Amino acid sequence: MGELRLMKGNEVLAEAVIRCGCDGYFGYPITPQSEIMEKLMERQPWTETGMVVLQAESEVAAINMVYGAAGTGKKVMTSSSSPGVSLMAEGISYIAGAELPCLIVNVQRGGPGLGTIQPSQADYFQSVKGGGHGDYKMLVLAPSSVQEMNDFVDLAFELAFKYRNPAMILTDGAIGQMMEKVELSDYKKRWTEEEVVEKNGSWATTGKPASRQRNVITSLELDSDKMEQNNLRFQAKYRRMEAEEQRYEAIQCDDAEYIFVAYGTSARVCQKAMEIARDKGLKVGLLRPITLFPFPKNIVKELAPKVKGFLSVEMNAGQMVEDIKQAVYETQIYRKVEFFGRMGGIIPSPGEVVDALEQKLIGEEK
Amino acid sequence: MTEEMIIAGFGGQGVLSMGKIIAYSGIMEDKEVTWFPSYGPEMRGGTANVTVIVSDKRISSPVLHEYDTAIILNQQSLDKFEKAVKPGGTLLYDPNGIVNPPTRTDIRIFKVEGTRESVEMGNPKVFNMIILGGFLKVKPILKLDNVEKGLEKSLPERYHKLIPLNLEAIKRGQEIVETVKEV
Repeated sequence: MGELRLMKGNEVLAEAVIRCGCDGYFGYPITPQSEIMEKLMERQPWTETGMVVLQAESEVAAINMVYGAAGTGKKVMTSSSSPGVSLMAEGISYIAGAELPCLIVNVQRGGPGLGTIQPSQADYFQSVKGGGHGDYKMLVLAPSSVQEMNDFVDLAFELAFKYRNPAMILTDGAIGQMMEKVELSDYKKRWTEEEVVEKNGSWATTGKPASRQRNVITSLELDSDKMEQNNLRFQAKYRRMEAEEQRYEAIQCDDAEYIFVAYGTSARVCQKAMEIARDKGLKVGLLRPITLFPFPKNIVKELAPKVKGFLSVEMNAGQMVEDIKQAVYETQIYRKVEFFGRMGGIIPSPGEVVDALEQKLIGEEK
Repeated sequence: MTEEMIIAGFGGQGVLSMGKIIAYSGIMEDKEVTWFPSYGPEMRGGTANVTVIVSDKRISSPVLHEYDTAIILNQQSLDKFEKAVKPGGTLLYDPNGIVNPPTRTDIRIFKVEGTRESVEMGNPKVFNMIILGGFLKVKPILKLDNVEKGLEKSLPERYHKLIPLNLEAIKRGQEIVETVKEV
């Protein structure tokens, strides 16, 4: 760890990618995340660490370059924003189906369609429920500060390789564009060819030695019985992620009667809303999911009996609220789960979050 | 101490870089900071604004709808942000191009003739530093030597020879800021 710097979220992410020993970045520019590739090109890591940075001809090409390179057992990634990630959905499904590790960064903007370039969280469903076709899941991490744009890069790669599965950093235009104080990670060396073979040689296409069978990378299996077995294996892996990787931050939840549930930028807004509400004498806490898949439902289930209700605050029309309802349902205890959100690139104000709390959760009791 | 401010004006007036210098100076004082800009087509020739927060504690929302201080550099921004200053808060503006001056009676209002003064100093580029000086005079949240360090950090090395000129502009701003209204 070194000196404190003032940097944009997007630039920090690019810097963290170089420092974590990433082997390749393939991308296509789109606001509000273009600074990621700009920063990488400016830094020219190929002269320093040997990392490849390539601007592809489209998002479809970029994700398929990631697919191919991930098959060789290297640390590779792409980044885009909402419409670009939709274009990548097919490739992501193939990568998940071929069980390959990689990092995909989505700096969300308002949709649907080309929408706006302002911050949004409307790709929650796309990120945690699939997005592409078939029954697959990504590991999804949601940074809520510029510092976490640094910290989660290494974590995302670690999880991706642990589970041989695509991992996503799901953030938004606000965190991508804003500057905060950040302490960058130390440099880690890229894996040598020998290390790649040692770590990933059991599945990656690293060159076939006489000692083992060919490693075949494909998502295709025309025999349905075998394809079902593959699916069962994937599902078991996703259940293992749910059992082992739920991450969250609980702020002032100990004495709370009401809980805001929010991630990323809306979690920052809710922290302010919580301060305002506490000043008014309302016992409010904030549960901030860090992993969106696996959704941290254990803590929701733990809090449910102790609180009067949850308010999910999102920059969309109400997506994560369904996962909170599901978690509360599993407790077999009735608790109110309400939603407040803004759409189209609007960031809710702390004041309107407090109003929503009073109207939707507290008002009902009076 | 938490200072929540908006700086707003035309693109090209140095709005974003003034915010960056304040934020970097804040880091030099061991404070938490956030800098949140307007971005994209908004910035192409139109109005630019940046929200800067400097605080002793972890900063919650980087996006705000009311501010302790508004630094206003054109009429559109005055129309938009005068009403967003907290009661008892501070509004500081450059009167150049302002046809409808601020009217609120529940906030402190100051003006800095930054445009005029920068022309007199022979370098219109130091405009934003004159305004910054005016702000630091009425809201001394940062020490001048930390602002100097902030300048060093936020300016590329090839511009470091301009730091003395920038500091002079800051001092000039401190001298010429005028009180329009105290509460």
